[in-house]
Amino acid sequence: MDFEDEPLGHQKCDKEMAGDAATKLPDWDPQAMLSNLSFLEHKIHQLQSMVHLIVEQEDCISDRSNELVAQQQQLVSADLTSIIVQLISTAGSLLPSLKTSHSVANDTVEQKNVVKHLEIEQTVNNGMEQKYVGKCNPAIAPIEEHEFKEEEDVGDGEHLPPGSYEVLQLEKEEILAPHTHFCLICGKGFKRDANLRMHMRGHGDQYKTAASLAKPAKDLSMEPTVLRRYSCPFVGCKRNKEHNKFQPLKTILCVKNHYKRTHCDKSHICSRCNNKRFSVMADLKTHEKHCGRDKWLCSCGTTFSRKDKLFGHVALFQGHTPVFPSDETIGSVSDGGESNELTTKVGSTGFNFSSGASSGIDIQNVLDSKNSEDDPSSSYSPMNFDACNFYGFSDFPPVPSEVSGGSLSFLLSESFSFRNGGSLDDAL
Amino acid sequence: MERFKPFEFLSDEIIFTILDSLSSSPLDLKSFSLVCKSFYSLESKHRKTLKPYSTELLNKILTRYPFVSSLDFSLCPRVTDKTLCLISSSIGLKSINLSRSKFFTHLGVSCLVSNRCLSLTEIDLSNGINLNDSTASVISEAKNLEKLWLSKCVLISDMGIGCIAVGCKKLKLLDLKGCFSLSDLGVGLVAVKCKQLQSLDLSYIPITNKCLPAIFELPYLKSLALVGCCFIDDEGLANIRQGSMSLETLNISNCPEVRHIGLSAVTNGAASLRQLIIAYGSPVTVSLTDCMQRLPMLQSVKLDGCQVTSSALKTIGDWCISLRDLSLSKCVGVLDDGLSLLVARHKELKRIDISCCREITHLSMDSITDSCNSLTSLRMESCSLVSKEAFISIGKKCLFLEELDFTDTEVDDEGLKSISRGSRLSVLRIGICLNITDEGLIHVGMHCPKLVELDLYRSPSITDLGIAAIAGGCPNLEIINLAYSRDITDISLLSLSKCTKINTLEIRGCPSISSTGFSAIAQGCKRLTKLDIKSCFNINDSGMALLAHFSQSLKQINLSYCSVTDVGLLALASISCLQVVTILHVEGLTVNGLIAALVSCRGLRKVKLHTSFKSSLSQPLIEHIESRGCSFQWRDKAFQAAVDARSWKQQLEASTL
Repeated sequence: MDFEDEPLGHQKCDKEMAGDAATKLPDWDPQAMLSNLSFLEHKIHQLQSMVHLIVEQEDCISDRSNELVAQQQQLVSADLTSIIVQLISTAGSLLPSLKTSHSVANDTVEQKNVVKHLEIEQTVNNGMEQKYVGKCNPAIAPIEEHEFKEEEDVGDGEHLPPGSYEVLQLEKEEILAPHTHFCLICGKGFKRDANLRMHMRGHGDQYKTAASLAKPAKDLSMEPTVLRRYSCPFVGCKRNKEHNKFQPLKTILCVKNHYKRTHCDKSHICSRCNNKRFSVMADLKTHEKHCGRDKWLCSCGTTFSRKDKLFGHVALFQGHTPVFPSDETIGSVSDGGESNELTTKVGSTGFNFSSGASSGIDIQNVLDSKNSEDDPSSSYSPMNFDACNFYGFSDFPPVPSEVSGGSLSFLLSESFSFRNGGSLDDAL
Repeated sequence: MERFKPFEFLSDEIIFTILDSLSSSPLDLKSFSLVCKSFYSLESKHRKTLKPYSTELLNKILTRYPFVSSLDFSLCPRVTDKTLCLISSSIGLKSINLSRSKFFTHLGVSCLVSNRCLSLTEIDLSNGINLNDSTASVISEAKNLEKLWLSKCVLISDMGIGCIAVGCKKLKLLDLKGCFSLSDLGVGLVAVKCKQLQSLDLSYIPITNKCLPAIFELPYLKSLALVGCCFIDDEGLANIRQGSMSLETLNISNCPEVRHIGLSAVTNGAASLRQLIIAYGSPVTVSLTDCMQRLPMLQSVKLDGCQVTSSALKTIGDWCISLRDLSLSKCVGVLDDGLSLLVARHKELKRIDISCCREITHLSMDSITDSCNSLTSLRMESCSLVSKEAFISIGKKCLFLEELDFTDTEVDDEGLKSISRGSRLSVLRIGICLNITDEGLIHVGMHCPKLVELDLYRSPSITDLGIAAIAGGCPNLEIINLAYSRDITDISLLSLSKCTKINTLEIRGCPSISSTGFSAIAQGCKRLTKLDIKSCFNINDSGMALLAHFSQSLKQINLSYCSVTDVGLLALASISCLQVVTILHVEGLTVNGLIAALVSCRGLRKVKLHTSFKSSLSQPLIEHIESRGCSFQWRDKAFQAAVDARSWKQQLEASTL
């Protein structure tokens, strides 16, 4: 499977195409029918060759992993589904009831419902995949449209009525698998299909041909016309299909990122600030680009690359306050003796604010859980909010870095002596 | 037999009440505390405010006055962190003024706001050009702070003010005048966080329209100053949904882009607005004045320096409310027809300022005197077209006048005679009035016992006779200016020495005055704080010696062109509270004398010297003096001969034409 963004685009294309086909349906058009049928023929042919390949490989390798079997099954079943859908939509054009009584929009919905019914039968065979099945049937289509409208204001930009799409749920192991492309000969895994193809060259001359090295053609007809959405395997998550307000994830990439960000440890630590932790490597890389340049810091630990963002944040939450980057402040004091006191001051300020800001952080947590995580552009916020928790809830706030940690411990003794001893005597 | 002690019957509370009424005169309090030990300790307990001259003895002072809650360091140029630490550990401070002090940092301020000083509600850190954001973040720990002055703290940025906004939620007054580093973000945050604000000064901050809506939504805001916020325009003000209901004073001077559209947005619904100041703004047109018509509580309008039209003034006359205070000083386009119609309707006007409205004549003055009979203050400096007769009618019809500024007008003795009938007069400025002679002054002296300030700057016909009449009849005189009145001699000063309340005396350019008269002043007027004896060539060391001996509260003196030598200057240097000295072209002064004086006079804040001395003073010495908080101003003026008043005025007019 390819995890780049392109498949999504193609899916959309397909959807539009299907829509176009639907508009033509009301009138019986032999030309369109013919083209549809040839489409189907082509697809079946492709599937056939694919199964053929699998059979061949089965002969070659005996110790195949379960995963591989599952993947192959998945592929085949996906293609089969799409073929069935096509077939039904083609056949649907001949049904007199559909031709006349409903609007175009209803047509598509009903077609999908028909698809669902077929899918139920399909699913039975499919051990790995569980399909979300819409409860409605063609007879109560208008009601479903009503529900559709109710659902509209939920979610993150995409408002699909439940049941209008197919739901896939990958297992945890699958999501976290480092490799998605495996050599069918030696079993070596690769992240990218292209790498796999390069690898395959070592297995024989037949893999060196231009055809086998070329990027597999993304045949439009290969893609299913049914919308496919993904569910997070973590039960209780809003992205899990069992959830009341289930919000599906758009692509497998989204699934992977969501699962890692939300349900996994943040194992990648920024080497620059030694503070920020990420579970998705790409997030760390993005952070590292900005790390150190995010000079606008809030007392809750959140950093901002722009001053107005910081001030908007501070204005929104009670108890949060802008904080100066500590190194800058230390630098501004020339006198050695005084700078000690300064660091303590800065340290203590941070301490007070972070512990006093917990009420604001509560709000943030609520926001956090509401937030959608699958959008890569918003990948920052969850991390930032986590930083808040980090500070607010622990009794002894973990120090951001070793340097400031030193200053903090220094603070306690130093300020004590300052108030009760030496400095004051000097003053007197 | 036991002695009868009458004061033992008085409870502390009663004595405290007596002391309360004495607190206006520090010398009396001093005398009280010197009576006996119990009075001394009572006075110590009673005192709540201190304004020390130096921080050197602060330790002892704070021990003596344990209940002091307000400290004013505006006379101490040098206040260090140590001092502030000492204060924070000794007394429960409520208010501190550091606006004129330097040499402290955020560390000292952090002592002030920490632990013991939870009671601290007022901090004045104005002119703290070295204070940065760390100071601001330290201030933000003063949770109970209600009043904060930070004007001209140019280094404090949005980050600093953001900390203050979050930390000091109880702020009622915030002065950010001239904090150039601030922007919309910081100011906007202040408006969002400090909901208790009643007074906000944002003058000369480069704020734009963005932060205005939040500011105008502050629920308790009474006073708002946006002077010189040149990025604010009509468009931004029009975005305000409704003008502030609580706003009482609005100052939008020097905002050239604010015109009637913006003003109408601001005044829409501003039911409490009493004072509106739009000085040096866009031209005052009919549509602008129409905006103000809807304000039911409006009492005071200041349009200083604006271009006005007669029709706009007429529309002000058509308002149904009656103004109390109107200022058109330096306005261009104020003509008789507009002004006459205006004042004819606003009969309750108490204060009128038409300084430098040069076009107006007796016609305007007639309508002012006819309609505004309750006038208390009239300022008409440089209204030179107003005839002598008009002043007579002012005196006849306006009997409640307290303040009069006739500087540079045609007022004569008859006018003064008429005016002096209103015995409430306390301020009279008749400088550069060439028609005035002793006769007029004698009338003033006879009928104006409440006179506090008299300005006779460049009055060539005044002699000792007139001054004697003033000195005899005006015992409350505090400020008198006799500069360049060349016929004044020692006799005038002898008579003025009876006015013991005099604190400001200007006798610059009176060549007949000698040390004899000056000594009399020094002995008689012990409250003297400001003295200008420039070009009094005959004042010498003997005068200085007496001055140094008697006038222990002298703060400021100009000695240029006097016959003072090292001895006189050293004597002067013994005055502990002397802060500002100008010494130019003093022939008898040597470098050594100057050095000795500079070193011994520890309270100095500003010294104006001729550039020729700069090379003679060593750099370490200058640095030492500067480290005590004194700043040097070097002047390179050539020696000037004095000019008499008439030719001076002719020169002035020739140069302006």
